[in-house]
Amino acid sequence: MKSNVIAIMKKELARFFGDKRLMLSAVLLPGILIYLVYSLMGSALTGMLETEEDYRYTLSTVNFPQSVSALTRDLKADITAIDAAEIAAAKAAVAEKTLDLLAIFPEDFDAQVAAYDPASGETAPRVALYYNAARTESAAAYNLMTGVLNTFESALANKFDINPGDEDFDLATDKDASGFIFSSLLPMLLMVLLFSGCMAVAPEAIAGEKERGTIATILITPVKRSELVMGKIFALAVVALFSGASSILGTLLSLPKLMGGASESMSAVFYGPADYLMLAAVVLSTVLVLISMISIISAYAKTIKEAQTSVMPLMIIVMLVGMTGMFSGGAQAAAPYYFIPLYNSVQSMVGIFSFNVSASHVLVTVLVNLALSAAFGFVLTRMFNSEKIMFNK
Amino acid sequence: MAEIITVTGLNKSFKRSAKQQKLEKTKQRLVQAVSDLSFSAQQGEIFGLLGPNGAGKTTTLRMLATLIKPDSGEAVLDGAAISSQPALVRTKIGFLTSELKLEEFFTPNYLYDFFASLHGVDPALRDRRKSYIFEKFGIRDFAEVKIANLSTGMKQKASLAISLVHDPEIIIFDEPTNGLDVITAKVVTDYLVDLRRQGKTILVSTHIFSLVEKICDRVGIIINGKMTACDTLDNIRAGQSLEDRFFDIYSEAVGAVI
Repeated sequence: MKSNVIAIMKKELARFFGDKRLMLSAVLLPGILIYLVYSLMGSALTGMLETEEDYRYTLSTVNFPQSVSALTRDLKADITAIDAAEIAAAKAAVAEKTLDLLAIFPEDFDAQVAAYDPASGETAPRVALYYNAARTESAAAYNLMTGVLNTFESALANKFDINPGDEDFDLATDKDASGFIFSSLLPMLLMVLLFSGCMAVAPEAIAGEKERGTIATILITPVKRSELVMGKIFALAVVALFSGASSILGTLLSLPKLMGGASESMSAVFYGPADYLMLAAVVLSTVLVLISMISIISAYAKTIKEAQTSVMPLMIIVMLVGMTGMFSGGAQAAAPYYFIPLYNSVQSMVGIFSFNVSASHVLVTVLVNLALSAAFGFVLTRMFNSEKIMFNK
Repeated sequence: MAEIITVTGLNKSFKRSAKQQKLEKTKQRLVQAVSDLSFSAQQGEIFGLLGPNGAGKTTTLRMLATLIKPDSGEAVLDGAAISSQPALVRTKIGFLTSELKLEEFFTPNYLYDFFASLHGVDPALRDRRKSYIFEKFGIRDFAEVKIANLSTGMKQKASLAISLVHDPEIIIFDEPTNGLDVITAKVVTDYLVDLRRQGKTILVSTHIFSLVEKICDRVGIIINGKMTACDTLDNIRAGQSLEDRFFDIYSEAVGAVI
């Protein structure tokens, strides 16, 4: 590598890693904030959907039949039988969240059920369950009672059982589960977080230097424009990778809290060195594409603010392309897909995470990304040569 | 003395934006900033480009520094043509203008070394030059202070020191004393005279008559992008003060009495 490229890289890296404020905002804060926000979101969601382990539900019943009551013995619930005259008060209690559930059965429920013929076309015996969806415990009590009644209904006409006993009928291994979850989530997250990392540094380094008039000071030295572009892009890619790594670390650390029980079977130990190597090649080449794209937009902009605003549509595109990985049901098998910029990176990542990777597809992706980065670098060099672009204020 | 700067028939026009057209109440898209400009400078002299604001001085200097390209015409600086050898031109000149800023995050010491490496200056030679010029400009005590924390004068001196990091034969200086306090302005002008003594050629643009009278050997007067007069300082003055003579020339050029 030429000495001028190295000199510019060193200067750019010194600028970012020497500036505590920039380091904090571009590298440390994204990871910390993502970890905090996702963890809080996970805790809040878990709290919303789950009740405390030792919680006892409060249920009021009218005409509670013995047949159903027998099925509720294992429920952690205090069940109170009330009269028809108390129904209005019980409904009010459910509405006021002081009672979890009110179950009203017909007076002769068992007899009505026994006499009912589904083929008759007559109205079936009715059970009314009053609950409050705005209270987690009330909604959970409703689900429990619905489950009990479904079990009761099945028991009345038990012709066959599905998956009886304690046998584990889900034949997916932990590796399969990890592959499924990682390949659904991580390609999109990686694309968005890497883009955020690039966006945090490129406008400052390109549009910022234009805005402050410091880039012209370099343009009057004998350094070639192509060397300036290479030095900047390589340095920005390094900083963006740090920023992206911080975000990824924050995401991975918060994932168990965000996903609750679904994360129990997830583990990264199933991925081998070859997987990590291919992932690193895809991530690095993708960062080069993203950083050169954002650099071109930043070079057109007159100010950092303008650059950041102009980059937003690109972020939406990257996000949408990233989301295709969530619904693709595995990596694309046809080679032409790996010639489509950005989409190729997502598909390669899906392949790697789902243990269904093709080395040739990854190779095509990396080569296409490198070729595209070189093309964008050439465009950027031309832009650095253009007085209209560099000195247009 | 050998001719070291030769400028022949330089032309440069800019496009007005729609906003500028509205502001200037004109429908003309193009504005001619420099028109058929020719002059030359000898080695070891200080050549002053004198003219009012908007006359085309800075545009001319930016073309000579290869920051912008002329529409037509040519300039040769120490044997290097701006149109075909811009990178070579940049090795031969030191260019300083208020539009070129130093990155405020870095120190003069760091930036001096950085620009020296871009110019390919040997580290030992770089350190000798740095020591000399930092001492001369009183930068030594501020060498490790970030540019952001330096005074305007100190920033200007640091910029000057860094623009000369490669010891160029030609120094192009746009408004060298603009915005400087009298002490810093004197340090800068004294140093320009010192550089002339070393055989360097200096091209300055200014609208300050006293500066031209004090340091320039030859003067070119630019009005509305055209070289209206170009001669030795004494011949331009023709027995009058430079200020009086300038206004005579200006009135003749624009057809109005000032």
